[in-house]
Amino acid sequence: MSKTARAAIYAGLILGALIMVFPFYWMFVSAFKTTQEINRFPPTWLPGSLRFDNFAIAFQKSPFARYFLNSVIVTASCVVCTGFTTILGAFAFSRLKFPGREVIFSILLSLLMIPFEMVIITNYTTIIHLGLNDSLPALIAPFTSSIFYTYILRNFFMTVPDGLYHSARVDGASNWRFLWRILVPMARPSLVTIMLLNALVSWNSFMWPLIVIKTTANRTLPFGLYAFTTESGSNPELMMAASTVVVLPMIILFLFARKSIVNGVARGGMKG
Amino acid sequence: MSRRAEPSERPDSLPRFHRLSKIEPILYLAPFLVGVIVFTLYPVIHVVFISLMEDYNYLTRAFSRFGLGNYISVLGNKYFIQALSNTFIYVLLVIPIATCIALAAANMLNQKLKLTGLFQTAYFLPMVTSVTAVGLAWRFMFNERIGIVNFLLSLVGIDPVGWLTKAEWSMPALVIYGIWNILPFTIILLLAGLQSVNPMFYTAARVDGSKGARIFFKITVPLLAPTIMLTTIVNTISAFKVFNELFPLFKGQAGPFYNLYTVVYFIYEQMSGKPRLGRAASAAMVLFAVILALTLIQLLIQRRWRGTGKG
Repeated sequence: MSKTARAAIYAGLILGALIMVFPFYWMFVSAFKTTQEINRFPPTWLPGSLRFDNFAIAFQKSPFARYFLNSVIVTASCVVCTGFTTILGAFAFSRLKFPGREVIFSILLSLLMIPFEMVIITNYTTIIHLGLNDSLPALIAPFTSSIFYTYILRNFFMTVPDGLYHSARVDGASNWRFLWRILVPMARPSLVTIMLLNALVSWNSFMWPLIVIKTTANRTLPFGLYAFTTESGSNPELMMAASTVVVLPMIILFLFARKSIVNGVARGGMKG
Repeated sequence: MSRRAEPSERPDSLPRFHRLSKIEPILYLAPFLVGVIVFTLYPVIHVVFISLMEDYNYLTRAFSRFGLGNYISVLGNKYFIQALSNTFIYVLLVIPIATCIALAAANMLNQKLKLTGLFQTAYFLPMVTSVTAVGLAWRFMFNERIGIVNFLLSLVGIDPVGWLTKAEWSMPALVIYGIWNILPFTIILLLAGLQSVNPMFYTAARVDGSKGARIFFKITVPLLAPTIMLTTIVNTISAFKVFNELFPLFKGQAGPFYNLYTVVYFIYEQMSGKPRLGRAASAAMVLFAVILALTLIQLLIQRRWRGTGKG
């Protein structure tokens, strides 16, 4: 590659990176500006001072600490429950023999194309009939198993040689023991990816909480943030401070686990 | 002695684990299947029935008539027609533009340069962050009076644009945000495609004396065609469900003058307030029909692609 071509590519990459990162930069800087400064035009590129007051005021006006806690509870529960059901399900579909295994599995795979927006209607009535309406369990119950993650993990389990399974069984290990002592440790990279993607989706989930949650104290962060903008006036600096609180945990997670997340997404694990 | 024939006759004489092995798969599958059956399989079947029940009351499970009434009322509803056309316009604008930009970005990220890790972090960040939170940043950037977008436009002599307050500018604002949002996912898929291209093709092209742009259009793009097609379909399906983006930008309304209804927003609106689940369900069935058609095209492409041995 010639020097000019290399320089052109760097220039293009930097320009693109600036556009992609700019909204985050703008969010963070604006979160520290005073009301006067944020209303200034032309805008200032850096805040006049590092004030944390906006965060304090936002937390005072709206129970963001509570929203944060709810988001943590819901995300952790979904990840743990889905992880558990996925491990057991993937094991059954890859190692255990039972009649109709392949037929059941292909029916499940065909369900992958069902959009959540389609099942949301019945799920809403189900949640009401279960008496879970407007509660945190309503945000967890529909998301305790995932066909897609089970499919990914089953594919991984299938790559583990049969010989390992048979020799473990001959040595007297039960299926349960083989699964947790041998298979799960081997599948750690796949499991980590699955759980990270699951955590992202759960943390950012918006439509379902919007439909089932009525009480302020049961809101999760994205819903609480949206409600904050409609209920507490719309001071941009407070909005940006609150938004920062919502995006920061996921940005930190991403900085630490970029490769796992990107690999998972490349396998089609997020949208569609 | 085969243990499949025996258990029904003399179950007590069987060793413990033999009896266990018959029900063991059920025990492993149960936690997974309960969730899938209750919250995916049953709803899929149930929603078809709800869509056929007029005035369905979800508390009493009563309805007035069984038939196509909901479909007729939804397809005759001017907001639903508007939602369908808005959604199609959104998809037709977002997907081609995002795919072209992503293709260029993926190609640049695929070059062996320094700092690719840093660049990847920057390009992929919007994928992991809440649509609501980042949407609020965009709402602030699009602000007519103090927004940075209008400031940058003023530098080149363009008068302030009412991105979020004027009907004619609200769709462009939504599309710009939509493109920015979908880019990381698109770049990742295309980059994965690029990385699986055999480097021999490039070496051969260079030996033949081909230059950058020519290599890109004559070799990279054709080889990547199946990946581009699949990415386009997956993206189309996800863009067709545009919904969340509207809330931060337009304070939970479907556009400044209720001019930006989308299919999923219509479904949401039928479910909120005094729920009309029958109509929500028939609108969801229309959404499903579109997604099913797209998925079938996707499967066809995947099959043909595998057939020619390019995968």
